[in-house]
Amino acid sequence: MHEMSLAQSIVELVEERARAEGAQRVTRVGLAVGALGHVEPEALTFCLASAVRDTLLEGCAFDIVRPGGRAYCFDCRHEVEIAARGDACPGCGGHALHVAGGEDLKVTHMEIV
Amino acid sequence: MCTTCGCGEGEARVAGQPLTSGHTHTHADGTTHSHAPADGRYHHHAHEHGHDHHHAPDHTPDGALHYGHGAAGNSVPGIGQARLVAIEEDVLARNDAIAAANRAQLAASRTLTLNLMSSPGAGKTTLLVETIRRLGQTPVAVIEGDQETTADADRIRATGAPAIQVNTGKGCHLDAAMVGHALAHQPPPADGVLLIENVGNLVCPAAFDLGETHRVVIASVTEGEDKPLKYPGIFATADLMLVAKTDLLPHLDFDVAQLIANARKVRPGIAVIRLSARSGEGFDDWLGWIDAARRMARLAG
Repeated sequence: MHEMSLAQSIVELVEERARAEGAQRVTRVGLAVGALGHVEPEALTFCLASAVRDTLLEGCAFDIVRPGGRAYCFDCRHEVEIAARGDACPGCGGHALHVAGGEDLKVTHMEIV
Repeated sequence: MCTTCGCGEGEARVAGQPLTSGHTHTHADGTTHSHAPADGRYHHHAHEHGHDHHHAPDHTPDGALHYGHGAAGNSVPGIGQARLVAIEEDVLARNDAIAAANRAQLAASRTLTLNLMSSPGAGKTTLLVETIRRLGQTPVAVIEGDQETTADADRIRATGAPAIQVNTGKGCHLDAAMVGHALAHQPPPADGVLLIENVGNLVCPAAFDLGETHRVVIASVTEGEDKPLKYPGIFATADLMLVAKTDLLPHLDFDVAQLIANARKVRPGIAVIRLSARSGEGFDDWLGWIDAARRMARLAG
């Protein structure tokens, strides 16, 4: 489960930034997990629960936003929304799509005390 | 923010949305808060804490699953000084930075590097052994990724090509740091080809850039035609699909055209080569693709 190594990366990244800010604790972490990315939010939160132990993040809340999938359709010549990779263009039903958004895996913010 | 429970009340926004999903709850002192709704998000606590918010997921009116409320219990010291800090950092940034260093090292030695990905049992190692044999005088080296054993590296070394085994233990994929360490132990073949056999897994390797020149996905005809739709992440990032074990086709009800159509739904225009290490079908195209990729890499600098 690659979510475990990603969870550890998230904790390391946030803890480093929190220490640089002189924080005693991190109470909240914001994550963006795109709908077309390589991560299942449920698996990620499960792994985060273990990864935060004995760190500044222990006990923090995770707010996960899920940016939707966006793709450029070469036939319609404009950007469309898709729910998953492999979906057809909602306009023309074709598959000449180039993913243009929704692959994010980012830490967006943290709340510290 | 509500300084008693830590719930966002809408002053902190990300992409125009408040930080928490909408909900109403009551504190021990009887005060009731309502918080602004937001859509499309999960809200999840990584722990149990000492107040009586319930933790089973709610279905909010906007359809989001809501696993818990509030950042902090009443006992949190210094909650009044809580600060929100914008970060906006990619979680994979560190892996990507190491991958960029690997890529620079490989470019300096003019090494074409292929990251080969497939499910377990698709025939990656057999394919590599036959490819090395047919590459003849071209300098070749292999990095083998497996959870355990050195069996695959041993098979590669028997061809005379250098191979280094990376055992990931419980890990399900290679990452850029593992490849960087492997390159420190086994220098890249100058003016040659480095073949990286990723851990047999169609999910996890997709997210991790190793510093490769190209990604090659292998789908064997003993798998289903719908593999590209079931595991789109891998296929969407590949530059070439090898359809392996085609010598078995007479014994199977496998629709190669359907497999290719499905792959092109998630990766329009992906190059496809039908291949059999046993019969030799497709190897002229495969070696031709490798040669063209080497020339392209040299032209790109």
